[in-house]
Amino acid sequence: MSTRLSNTGRLVNRSAVKNFTFNGKKMQGYEGDTLASALLANDQMLVGRSFKYHRPRGIVASGGEEPNALVNMGEGARFEPNQRTTTTELFDGLTCTSQNHWPSLEFDVGVANNYVARFLPAGFYYKTFMAPRAAWKHVFEPIIRQSAGLGKAPKEMDVDRYEHFYAFEDVVVVGGGIAGLQAAKAAADSGAQVMLMEQTTDWGGRAPVDGAVIDGKPADQWIDETVAALEAMENVTLRTRMMGAGVYDHGYITGYERVADHTPGDGRPRHRLWRIRAKQIVTATGAIERPLSFAGNDIPGVMLASAVRDYVVNYGVSIGEKTVVVTNNDDGYRTAIALVEAGLQVPMVVDARSEVEGELPNKARDLGIRVEAGKAIGKVKGGKRVTGVGICLQNGEGGALEEVKCDAVAMAGGWSPVVHLWSHCGGKLIWDETQAHFRPDANRAPTGANGEAFVLTAGIANGDMGTTEALASGDAAGKAAAKAAGHKASRKAAPKADVVAENAMAPVWIMPQNAGPDLRMKMWLDYQNDVKVSDVQLAAREGYESVEHTKRYTTLGMATDQGKLSNINGLAILADSLNAEIPQVGTTTFRPPYTPISMASIAGEARGEIFQPLRKTPMHDWIENNGAHFEPVGHWRRPYAYLQDGETVEEAVKREVKNTRRKLGLLDASTLGKIIVKGPDAGKFMDMMYTNMMSTLKVGKCRYGLMCNENGFLSDDGVVARMDEDTWLCHTTSGGADRIHGWMEEWLQTEWWDWDVYVANVTEQYAQVAVVGPNARKVLEKLGGMDVTKGSLPFMEWAEGQIGGFDTRVFRISFSGELSYEIAVPASQGRAFWDALMEAGEEFGVQPYGTECLHIMRAEKGFIMIGDETDGTIIPQDLGLNWAISKKKEDFLGKRAQERTFMTNPDRWKLVGLETLDGSVLPDGAYAIKEGDNDNGQRNMEGRVTSTYHSPTLGRGIAMGIIHNGPDRMGEVIEFGKVDGTMVKAKIVDQVFFDKNGEKQDV
Amino acid sequence: MSNAVSALNHASYQGFALVEEMGLQGMITLRGDFADATFQKAVKDVCGQDIPGQREVTVADGKGVAWMSPDELLVLVPYSDSASAAMDLAEALKGTHALAANVSDARVVIRVKGENAREVIAKIAPVDLSVASFQPGQIRRTRLAQVAAAFWMSGEDEFTIVAFRSVADYVFNLLKTSAIKGSEVGYL
Amino acid sequence: MLILECPYCGVAAEETELAAGGEAHLTRFGPGSSDDDFETYMFMRENPKGVNFERWRHANGCGKWFHAARCTMTLEVFGTYSAQTYEPPADLIKAIKKKRPDWPGYGAHK
Repeated sequence: MSTRLSNTGRLVNRSAVKNFTFNGKKMQGYEGDTLASALLANDQMLVGRSFKYHRPRGIVASGGEEPNALVNMGEGARFEPNQRTTTTELFDGLTCTSQNHWPSLEFDVGVANNYVARFLPAGFYYKTFMAPRAAWKHVFEPIIRQSAGLGKAPKEMDVDRYEHFYAFEDVVVVGGGIAGLQAAKAAADSGAQVMLMEQTTDWGGRAPVDGAVIDGKPADQWIDETVAALEAMENVTLRTRMMGAGVYDHGYITGYERVADHTPGDGRPRHRLWRIRAKQIVTATGAIERPLSFAGNDIPGVMLASAVRDYVVNYGVSIGEKTVVVTNNDDGYRTAIALVEAGLQVPMVVDARSEVEGELPNKARDLGIRVEAGKAIGKVKGGKRVTGVGICLQNGEGGALEEVKCDAVAMAGGWSPVVHLWSHCGGKLIWDETQAHFRPDANRAPTGANGEAFVLTAGIANGDMGTTEALASGDAAGKAAAKAAGHKASRKAAPKADVVAENAMAPVWIMPQNAGPDLRMKMWLDYQNDVKVSDVQLAAREGYESVEHTKRYTTLGMATDQGKLSNINGLAILADSLNAEIPQVGTTTFRPPYTPISMASIAGEARGEIFQPLRKTPMHDWIENNGAHFEPVGHWRRPYAYLQDGETVEEAVKREVKNTRRKLGLLDASTLGKIIVKGPDAGKFMDMMYTNMMSTLKVGKCRYGLMCNENGFLSDDGVVARMDEDTWLCHTTSGGADRIHGWMEEWLQTEWWDWDVYVANVTEQYAQVAVVGPNARKVLEKLGGMDVTKGSLPFMEWAEGQIGGFDTRVFRISFSGELSYEIAVPASQGRAFWDALMEAGEEFGVQPYGTECLHIMRAEKGFIMIGDETDGTIIPQDLGLNWAISKKKEDFLGKRAQERTFMTNPDRWKLVGLETLDGSVLPDGAYAIKEGDNDNGQRNMEGRVTSTYHSPTLGRGIAMGIIHNGPDRMGEVIEFGKVDGTMVKAKIVDQVFFDKNGEKQDV
Repeated sequence: MSNAVSALNHASYQGFALVEEMGLQGMITLRGDFADATFQKAVKDVCGQDIPGQREVTVADGKGVAWMSPDELLVLVPYSDSASAAMDLAEALKGTHALAANVSDARVVIRVKGENAREVIAKIAPVDLSVASFQPGQIRRTRLAQVAAAFWMSGEDEFTIVAFRSVADYVFNLLKTSAIKGSEVGYL
Repeated sequence: MLILECPYCGVAAEETELAAGGEAHLTRFGPGSSDDDFETYMFMRENPKGVNFERWRHANGCGKWFHAARCTMTLEVFGTYSAQTYEPPADLIKAIKKKRPDWPGYGAHK
């Protein structure tokens, strides 16, 4: 069993007890514990089930590489699945449950997969669920979905806050071990602005656990002194609980700070994602120990040797009473020694190397530990917990020499530098034969904006395994980074450590060397995804030679731990199966983030009311309080209709149309784009931007204009007003103001920079109200002020003056076919002006109307709408707008494109009106059906509906559409397909359905 | 113009910094040739300041001018003077190629004040706001989260932020969220 | 995520302040041009592996368009310069040539 020891535990504070529950069971730990160490202290080794076979899984590691010990954390609005217990700080009141099992952790039905494991090899799903195709939807997928997935999805909205933070540094050092500390110190001593981040709560990394002695002092003391020195420096920022998540182009690095994971609900943001620009980055990210591949290496109680050591030294937790250490290197002996020194038993160190001499093995022998050279573990005994191991010869086939009783196995397979951050942005690796690992190739570092390297690496992350070497490389990296960031490197010497001589490790990829198939299919590589040595070998036999393909076929390294433990071992097996060298096979790609980060931290502040900017007009509050049913128009929210008591949306729209046509309607038109174009060359410029001739527009007049892109297609439309000799005011569509302003700037800055024209986007300077209907003039005259009679202000003219005491600019333009004034006032007075109109309009039957009413009235008049009649493939000629295209102009944007043969082809579909014979409303976007099929066996088509409404004015459905030869086929009846498969007949008619001569608007 | 109302009507929020809407501020977008003597004089006459250097802003007694781009200034005057100031500028610049547009109503002005004001902004703008890099007298046009904005330091611990009126609510709530007590970063 | 220095306002702007505008130094062909010229102007774009000239706008900033010379492989930025020019400045071309001796030079493909 695992238990708490009384005499060790450098990180736990035994005077601060923390209560927590696991699967409802009450447990206790100490301040400083991780959830994993606290679970182990309570003898909770079994923490979950594997993904595929549902095998029992125990804690394997002590850091972010942990593949097994994932739990559902928290409850309700703070519930989150797949949380790693090894990186979760224990806090009072923590609740968690195990995941991926049913009905319970101890008894899991899914474990049946385990007994048929022989029949579920790599690629099983791909091979099995191929046919019959119909079975996928009704049989395979539901079953797979039921059994797949790790934790549960949260059901409640997350109550916590998350945020971003932008920081700028000369040097960012990732990793607060001794190499990182020294790198930060050296860079800071050189005068650089430095940030040092450490993902755990504690500085110093592995050195204190490994008993390092630095400058003659115990590592702990050196670390405390160095941290204190760094804290005292103005140019240094130290952050713990902050992981270097990803390194990106041009020195961009993200830091994932878990601000309040351990203090939920204390008012601080839970996570903060730092978005840092660094001139130089030093990755001092340490290394991860590799498991050894022997049969039964996944049984709970089998753990990384370094983790066993961490739990004993850091947390005072023993994994077992009797621990067998299995190793291929000297470092494994540190665990054996630490255990014995803590008063625990180590029945045997199983060393795969044939000769075992050196400082550490000899120290172990001196402590009375039995060391067996050239040996291997043939199999591990036990189900939910290790009960013993069978020892065999490493160079044999697994024949048992003896059985050793134990309740824990510590495996030391060598160390793999954490090269992730180095690799994220293109840093290359080299294979180190001696240590059998990939390490950064300093000659092929990631390069930045200036073409120079911007990532350096230090310590064990660089393959510098000894303490002195790690300190030296940290020191060198810190100085080099500071120098590259423009500072003069400090001349202080690096600290020195007591040297512990270590003999070479032996790369051992399977144990024993000649293990047969029965053993190989019990050697786990990827614990979370249940990938075994036999699976990788099968993939190689089936022709998966690329490591990227093998990864996806076997799912090796595709679990939430992304293969931190399994990748190198799997790679070695693949290389061996292919008779290739490991560096030739290469690694899979390292992608950010280093370990999973919360989605919410990526979203940052963007949730709830600030999920996205909503644009509001000055009248927004009034609109909101008066029954508005909103619709999004770009980022604006515009009222679709204003609902009165008990009305449906449809009823409200009908009422609004009738009221506006018969009496008086008000539309908030503030969202319309308003752009000033001014300068000696403004006329010339306007003629280029619009298809129409705008330079001849007289001061005081308005003209409807079209804008096309260079491909000839309609892009925007609106009314242009000539303000004075060299100034025009362009109205754009509601969604188009920023785009058209940018479009104008683009041409002025990048093509016609010698033209004297300035533009300014004044859209939001004005609130604009469309006063529409037969009573429009009456309400303005009642408010009093400027002369708005037909004689003074005729249709398609504008004027400035006062109305009701407001400074206004009035445009006599109409998008409804009614008598209409569009009136602009300064935005700050928009609400007051609206209120004045509503009050004065009461006796004239005033009602506000929304965008749907606007759309219906324009359709009744046959006016086009950008985005309805246009879709990026429509030229003005398609819509019968030839009258708005100047034939006198030599050039305008889109003119050349419209001369192409495809654009002048008479077979292009053209705009007409459509009336169903039965008066119904045509479905939006419906296609007109023609006889026969095309080459693909699809029904031929001859047009489609672009706008379709019920017209309250006419009491029937009306539509516009583009039809093949449409304008020449007036009166012809054609058929449109409906979604239900039936057809509806419609007659081709003139698109102007109402007041064909335009008499109502021009009164 | 007594019925003129600013976008947020002086809303305020006290977090670890104070966030408050400043009410109406007269603003004129002025485009033209900075090297032109007539232009220089017109600017001086309307706000009492010389044309500022690249990314600089000068404000005194409610009047000032900010450098927005090589051919664009933002002239600051009291709101009540903005319409006449825009007309005065247009008049003074007659005959030269220039554009003066009153944009006082198109903006919201929000002030963030407090010891950690820099951190409120640094959560939502990709800008180096360290003391060494950003000081009173400088203006920065950038984005605040998802919208364009400009800001300058109107005092040691004080930022003045100018954004579009239509997104006033968004910007205010953004700053408010950034300033919630307990979310101090302890960095700047 | 790129950083480009806007030559108009001097800000070293990160990509979120910028908007990309495609290939630089296109020649506009309007009415009267041949179909081939118009097609080239409208649709044909360089996609080099290496030195590339492109347009950017400091959209969340001073609003100005500018040009950038950048390596599409390493993302090294050789320089940014005015939008009001028909071709890259000579000193920039010289500097690129020095860094990338194998580069065939500006316009070599045309």
